[in-house]
Amino acid sequence: MPIKTDAVGKTWPASTYQVGREKIKEYANALGIENPVHFDVEAARAEGFRDVVAPPMFAVVYALPAMAPAILDPEVGINFATMVHGGQVFEWGEVACSGDDITTTPVCVSIEEKDGKGFYVFESTSVNQDGEQVLHAVWTNIVRGV
Amino acid sequence: MSELNVGDAVPELRVTPDKYLPHRYAGASGDFNPIHIDPEFAKMVGLPNNILHGLYSMGLVARANAALSGGDPRALKRLSVQFRGMGAPEQEIVVTGTVKSVDGNRVTVDTIAAQGDNQIIRNAEAELEL
Repeated sequence: MPIKTDAVGKTWPASTYQVGREKIKEYANALGIENPVHFDVEAARAEGFRDVVAPPMFAVVYALPAMAPAILDPEVGINFATMVHGGQVFEWGEVACSGDDITTTPVCVSIEEKDGKGFYVFESTSVNQDGEQVLHAVWTNIVRGV
Repeated sequence: MSELNVGDAVPELRVTPDKYLPHRYAGASGDFNPIHIDPEFAKMVGLPNNILHGLYSMGLVARANAALSGGDPRALKRLSVQFRGMGAPEQEIVVTGTVKSVDGNRVTVDTIAAQGDNQIIRNAEAELEL
C-alpha cells in the first residue's frame, strides 16, 4: 500500500509555552549543564540576559507541545510503535529566557517512502512575545515497515 | 576573530547516563514515549531495551560545542544531526568534535556522539558565533 501523503502542507494551530526558571533548571540538571546563567537570575543578568536563560536545546521543551498534535495526527498516519527520530535541525535566533511566551507553529513539509521506510518531515517556527524569532526547526521521523 | 583553527578538537565530553536518566529527561523535556522509559514496552516493539532519547544525546552534543564559548548559550546558532545507532542507558557516551571551517567569528564543527563503536549521533554539524 503506498504511503499516505495527504497531510503534506498541513499546518496545526500555534501553541504558546511560557518559559519558567524552575523548568530551565530541571532541563539543565538533566543534561549536566552547570553554567550559573541557567540557575541564578543575578548571574544571568550579570551576563546581559533579562532573566535566567535557557540552554539552546531547551528548544525541545517549548516546541514539543506544538509538535505533538502534528506528529500524532491520524491524517499524517505515523505508526508510533515503529517510529524513530531520524534527524533534527535547530536554528536559533533570540535566546529564550524565563518569562518569555514562545509561540510555535508546525507544518508538515514532506512525506516520502524510501526502502520500505516512511520519512515524515515537519518544520516549525517559534517566536517570542516581541515577535522575535527564537527557533526554526526541522523534525524528521522515520517509520519502519510502512 | 576566533582563535580556533580548522582541525582543532572540541574538548571531549564523557557522560554516563544512569539507569533513571531517561526518566529524568522525560520529565524535563515532556517526551514520555514509552520506548525511552519502559524496557518491557521497548522489547515488545523489537528494541533491545529502553533507549535514550535522541534529543538527549543531541543535548550533549550541544553542551560539548557550547564549551568552545565557555558555555555561553548565545554561541550556538545552528545544530543539525542524524540519529542512527540507538543510545543505551548505563553506557558511557563520548562526544568528540573537530573544527571544519572558520569564517571570522563563525565556526563550524563536526561532532560525533558514540557509545563504544556505536555512533549514536553522526554527521552532527554545529555552527557557532564566538
